[in-house]
Amino acid sequence: MGCSKFGERWNDGPEELMVEAFEECLADAGIERKQIGAAWLGSCFDEVDVGKSALPASLALRLPNIAVTRVENFCASGTEAFRGAVYAVASGACDIALAIGVEKLKDIGYGGLPEFSSAMGTRNYLYFPNATAPGCFAMLATGYAAKYGLDMSDVKRAMAHVSVKSHANGVLNPKAHLRKAVTEEQVLNSPQIAYPLGLFDCCGVSDGSAAAIVTTPEIAKSLGKKDLVSVKALQLSLSNGTEMGYSDWDGAHFVTTTKASTEAYKEAGITNPREEISMMEVHDCFSITELVTMEDLHISERGQAPKDIMDGFYDMDGKIPCQVDGGLKCFGHPIGASGLRMLYEMYLQLHGRAGDRQLKDPKFGLTHNLGGFPMLNVCSIGIIGKYDG
Amino acid sequence: MVGITSYGGYIPRYRLSRMVVVQNMAWYFPVIMAVAGGEKSVANWDEDAVSMAVAAARDCMTNKDRKALDALYLASTTLPFADRLNSGIVAAALNMREEDVTNADFTSCTKSATTAALSALDAIESGNKDSVLVTATDLRTTKMATMFEMFYGDGAAALLFGKDDVIAEFKGSYSVNCDFVDHYRGQGKTFDYGWEERWMRDEGYGKIIPQAVAGFLKKTGMKIEEFDKVVYPCYFSRTHRDIAKKLGVDAEKVQDNMHNVCGDTGTAHPFVMLVTALEGAKPGDKILVASFGQGCDVLAFEVTDKIKDYKAPVGIKGSLANRVELSSYQKFTKFRDLIIADLGIRGEQSVNTSLTALWRDRKMVLGMVGSKCNKCGTPQFPTMPVCVNPDCWSSHDFEDYEFSNVGCKVGMYTGDMLSASVDPPAIYGLVEFEGGGKAFVDFTDCSLDQVKVGMPAKMSFRKRNYDKERGFTGYFWKAVPQIGGGE
Repeated sequence: MGCSKFGERWNDGPEELMVEAFEECLADAGIERKQIGAAWLGSCFDEVDVGKSALPASLALRLPNIAVTRVENFCASGTEAFRGAVYAVASGACDIALAIGVEKLKDIGYGGLPEFSSAMGTRNYLYFPNATAPGCFAMLATGYAAKYGLDMSDVKRAMAHVSVKSHANGVLNPKAHLRKAVTEEQVLNSPQIAYPLGLFDCCGVSDGSAAAIVTTPEIAKSLGKKDLVSVKALQLSLSNGTEMGYSDWDGAHFVTTTKASTEAYKEAGITNPREEISMMEVHDCFSITELVTMEDLHISERGQAPKDIMDGFYDMDGKIPCQVDGGLKCFGHPIGASGLRMLYEMYLQLHGRAGDRQLKDPKFGLTHNLGGFPMLNVCSIGIIGKYDG
Repeated sequence: MVGITSYGGYIPRYRLSRMVVVQNMAWYFPVIMAVAGGEKSVANWDEDAVSMAVAAARDCMTNKDRKALDALYLASTTLPFADRLNSGIVAAALNMREEDVTNADFTSCTKSATTAALSALDAIESGNKDSVLVTATDLRTTKMATMFEMFYGDGAAALLFGKDDVIAEFKGSYSVNCDFVDHYRGQGKTFDYGWEERWMRDEGYGKIIPQAVAGFLKKTGMKIEEFDKVVYPCYFSRTHRDIAKKLGVDAEKVQDNMHNVCGDTGTAHPFVMLVTALEGAKPGDKILVASFGQGCDVLAFEVTDKIKDYKAPVGIKGSLANRVELSSYQKFTKFRDLIIADLGIRGEQSVNTSLTALWRDRKMVLGMVGSKCNKCGTPQFPTMPVCVNPDCWSSHDFEDYEFSNVGCKVGMYTGDMLSASVDPPAIYGLVEFEGGGKAFVDFTDCSLDQVKVGMPAKMSFRKRNYDKERGFTGYFWKAVPQIGGGE
């Protein structure tokens, strides 16, 4: 696998970012370009990023006129590219496949994600509210506080702990966008972006790319690879309008994550995720998203995520370290690359190559993306682990 | 019997004290201090003449069948479209029928509300129509530090004319039409251009209204003493009083010009004042109403016994009571786009509204019409081909379901400082409708600290976006949290 440095890469275009991730990935795999049978490119904001089609990847990486497919599924785009590559290999359609994700967000001239009111389609433009990503996810906090009868200040404190933890982890990661520790007070006192989220409840908006080369264990072994890491589960779940349009959703959980995680554990043979998952990279686009997600992953009981968070359960030295690499919060969030960046961290950890942030003997690593809005979203979950075949 | 069968009114909740204008602008034009009393109504940034007309029309139709309307007339000098039937937008918002109906805009003169009313009465008296809704509205943008800025307020009113359950019987009319140009607004101009006030007062209001009333009395043989309320606009309060003297009307019978409570609402004003008169009327009261603008229409009504059973809507009285002080003059000028404040690059996006998509979804977008599944009964929004209920998922088997009049409550919400908004934070969230159905919508007429999960809310037709490049105004419905509880 490979991953570029994430951050405000003012002097690098998406081509540079892709090549940076790809060359590391190629060297890690120990193969040549021409051995790649097919490739998938994940990117989201094509209007301001690489543009449409998979040509930008084929061009930048000088792929040998093979099949390259661009996938876009909001924040799950990177995992979606990975899924394409994995399915291609699993089906026998090709021996070796490449997944690469990239996003060049810092070419738009303003902070936050690109304005997306017209990106939701012609019909939605006629009536969708004047919403942004932080605003949509901020709504979760009001929903969550109302559902559990919590004081917003208590929810905010747990949210602050989520960010403090990710900042502490990001310090240890040379490739992370934000590498500065923060205190709970700093988080709580940061300027409000969307009630009740402050600036430090929001993840970094970054440029970056990450890549994976996948193949079968047999071919990997034939290439002399040892300590194989294999895919235990890949699940995707999408909203169908129930949350937004049907009256039984409480606004305090993700329907899709609940479903996708259940399916993923089944696929991976995990029966007790709280005990069996070693580490996680979840979609902490906003601190409240991470908080709620812990319950949807069936790790914290419903209503108990704030307590687990405050108890340090998800800290680096906790039971299940979460956002070990700094997360979206501090590693950064170049949309199309994020799913692959999460897998990259799990991969490094499983190989024992995570440097200062190396965890002791991890077995299963879980990755999670959540794209869209709490009431209308795409969720992807990956579980990878040491190959035991 | 032909006459008024219902009334409705809408005064936006923001009120700007004229002293605030004086404090900010008297340095530039001290004359405004002469009319510094009272306050003017100010439309929210997401309102315009059409959206206010919708509010007044909905109020008027509160207990009436909108499908029974044969016509909708809209009177205003500040309609957003020069070529697109503005009354058609109001009709769509009311979810009126599209077949066998006549909609029309009466415009380019502040007298056009009464002219529209006369047309409605003509149509009903002739037997061609049974039920005609006339709405009058104006949101006049004024230059800063002008008398117009001091006098003008924003508002709308609506009158339903018909034959059944008449609460005020039409007793006759008379019109004077003359090209007296006290002010005008040329094509493509934003602001009114006015002539000398003394001339407007003495030769305009002060002569033409009495001339028309005299003509009416002569034509009908009625006497001015018969009238219990005499309603006519004139934002020069002293001239307003002087006209009464000329007409020989006792001061207590003269309907207040509302300078102190909302200002002159232009085309809407004769209706706004008439609705106010009707709100305090009793059976047998005779009301004379006159308008002003390139002449004058005079109409007479007699209140009937039916007014005792008439369930009054929010009206002008109710909307005047729903009042919030706008303490910032800068905010007022920003709402009217008189000052340039940076929206940021995020706010620069220029999206061309798809007219084909709007046509297909006009009921949904303009009328907030969703659907109700014929199989499982689930109300849902937006309309989709397949039912949203996961236990149903039946396809193409729905009936229309209007959400605009269904009560709702606030679900999850936020106040967003990042989104480009004229009045940040942009407040929006999910609302849950009584009886089922949800919608993800902008909130309006509230401040963030007032909103709570579970609070009751009502839907309001608002301006959603304005495409400056092409001149297109987009509309949709927003939720208005009922601050302090529901009804």
